[in-house]
Amino acid sequence: MISFFGNLALVISLALALVLSIFPVTGYFLNNEWKSLARPLTLLIFIAIAIAYVLLTLAFLNDEFSILYVASNSNTQLPLIYKFTAVWGGHEGSMLLWVLFLSVWSVALAMISLRHDPVTVSLSLSVIGFVLLGIIGFIFFTSNPFDLSPRIIAEGNDLNPLLQDPGMAIHPPMLYLGYVGLAIPFAFSVAILIQGKFQQQQLTWLRPWLSLCWAFLTIGITLGSWWAYYELGWGGWWFWDPVENASFMPWLIATALIHSAAVTESRGSFKSWFILLSIIGFALSLLGTFLVRSGVLVSVHAFASDPSRGLFILVLIGLILGISLLLFALRARVFTSNQTLNLLSKESFLLANNLFLLVASLTILLGTIYPLILDGMGLGKISVGAPYFDLIFLYLMIPLMLIIGLGIHSDWIKSSSSKFRKLIKVTIIAVILPTLIILFLDLDFSIFTLVGYWSFLWILLSTLVWAGQLFFNDKSKAAFRQQLPMIIAHSGLAIFIFGVTCVNNYSQTIEEVVALNSSIEFNEREWFFGDLREVEGPNYLAIEAEVIMTDANGTINFYPQRRIYSNQSSAMTEASIDANLSRDLFVALGDPVNGSSEWGFRFQYRPFIRLIWLGALIMAIGGMISTIMNHRKLRLA
Amino acid sequence: MTKKRIQRILFIAILIGLVSIGLNLIWYAFEENLLYSFSPTQVLNNEASAGQTIRLAGMVKEGSLINGTDLLVEFTLTDFLNEVTVQYRGITPDLFGEGQGVVVQGMMQDDIFYANENGLLAKHDENYMPPEVADILMNQ
Repeated sequence: MISFFGNLALVISLALALVLSIFPVTGYFLNNEWKSLARPLTLLIFIAIAIAYVLLTLAFLNDEFSILYVASNSNTQLPLIYKFTAVWGGHEGSMLLWVLFLSVWSVALAMISLRHDPVTVSLSLSVIGFVLLGIIGFIFFTSNPFDLSPRIIAEGNDLNPLLQDPGMAIHPPMLYLGYVGLAIPFAFSVAILIQGKFQQQQLTWLRPWLSLCWAFLTIGITLGSWWAYYELGWGGWWFWDPVENASFMPWLIATALIHSAAVTESRGSFKSWFILLSIIGFALSLLGTFLVRSGVLVSVHAFASDPSRGLFILVLIGLILGISLLLFALRARVFTSNQTLNLLSKESFLLANNLFLLVASLTILLGTIYPLILDGMGLGKISVGAPYFDLIFLYLMIPLMLIIGLGIHSDWIKSSSSKFRKLIKVTIIAVILPTLIILFLDLDFSIFTLVGYWSFLWILLSTLVWAGQLFFNDKSKAAFRQQLPMIIAHSGLAIFIFGVTCVNNYSQTIEEVVALNSSIEFNEREWFFGDLREVEGPNYLAIEAEVIMTDANGTINFYPQRRIYSNQSSAMTEASIDANLSRDLFVALGDPVNGSSEWGFRFQYRPFIRLIWLGALIMAIGGMISTIMNHRKLRLA
Repeated sequence: MTKKRIQRILFIAILIGLVSIGLNLIWYAFEENLLYSFSPTQVLNNEASAGQTIRLAGMVKEGSLINGTDLLVEFTLTDFLNEVTVQYRGITPDLFGEGQGVVVQGMMQDDIFYANENGLLAKHDENYMPPEVADILMNQ
């Protein structure tokens, strides 16, 4: 039953998406009433997809194992909350969540922005309709979550234990909201290309969407990093894993888009650049979705075993990218502006920002897909080591950090040099203070540690000096309010950099064998392995160790576990972490030494690691505030 | 030629210079960090050059895993044609175990493959089989 109605809902949404992708565009060219079909069609598609999604969720709640997708991702023992999240635990369901979000964004766009700019928005909705058509088609024909299982299954296969975790429950939706949100600037740009005219005022209604999807993307990536930190048990927060890269590349482009949108809205320049960037951004987010969920990354051969799936989406990406780039090639000349660019203007600093972000994203792309292409052509199996990404990214970011401070203090068109005079003091403090502290305290450091501290202070101080200057001058109170999101986001970036610098330089890790009822020294703390017991969870059995840590401030108990889930044979580490703002202490339980009462343990000390995620969240908050403020401004106008 | 024109040409020349230096550095860093993957059979055929960090992919042979004292882990990695003994010091990651697919990063020395620190990569799911092994099974 569920399977039938689910398929029905998919087919209906597919048909509606076809209509949406054709009629409003045709209506624009024929100049007839078909244009106004965009809004009702968008709503109907949303309803159809929402029904499909609710049906799939019901299938999970009712343990409907006749549906193959449910049987392979759920289990009668699975706790209720994870039955909700298991809906997007696999490829098929997560693609359904993807289109659900795309239709949520398109409905929001139709409801909120249509009245500001009816022609462009209805064309944009038509473009989104085309993307929906492609992805719903992909789901229906190659990855249908409503497919029935070929034989009768009494008990499901269970959700991957790594995904049975609260952090993992909210990470994918946030990330997807961000990923999919990039469809809005993309659809906007294609709509602009179709019309062949681009007024800078149009960005006033587009920018809130941009900052909102950027904020979701930021939160999504942060949650993913946090999850990997405590769940994979390695104590790292970023691994340059292809899956992470897939989310980071669109983020870099979205960041570049936010900055170039500021130029286009204020000055009317960079129009074709903005369009090109939004096309690249959406292409990368499609590629990311595809890479993460299709199984290509784990093994290129998953591709070969189901070539239709890989081929379908590659053709789709090619089609979307090809059509939009063709349009771009035909129309880009229309948008060129004849303004000259002065080297010390805000425009050129923002352009430099965009170039560095784009190049960073392309170097990550090279490292991520080169091995796949090589393998796909049968030229050998390679992988690109993390040092490549570390090195390149660091060198690209150092000039960018410098540009941030200069850019904030510059003026449009041409900056007077007096503007930068305040920065001289900032530079002196930012460079000398950390250098002195490090030399005075005789801390271990490398040149990169110093660069980290310099960038942290440079960005923080140049932002705060600017904020103070606006705030304490009665004439610029309005400007202060307007620039508050920027000030918050850049402060968040500074905090993030501080956290990264500390974690990279002062972290400590040991792996040791410890016998029951004995203790070891680590990080000037004593760790006593006091107890070992069995613990029973809803769908797992765990061995739990009790480790008592004693230091100058008292004692803290840690309970690291090794869990064996009912449908798996290997154990999963559940690390025990004591966290505060200045440091994390982290204990993970390993394997027992064959035939003894000794166990392997990993102890980790991570100073200021919370600031990494806190800084990123502050950046996201800046994005949210920007969205709210600009949206309110629009309503008042 | 006007002064402005000379300036512009100079600017473009410097830009091209910087960009090409940058691209060269990126490519250099890229090539330096390429890791080649091999199966046990390929390693025993000396397809990998000695003394080079590589990735070795295969399945952990049933009954071969020893968790020794001092966190020394030893196991046999097989591609069902040939076998290589692997040594690793440290706590093994989740989803690592006998009968599982694993990729090991390290170096071959005197018939033993020594894995680097954090060089055991088993971040996938339980049914993972490295493509190197799947290839061999498919060709059989």
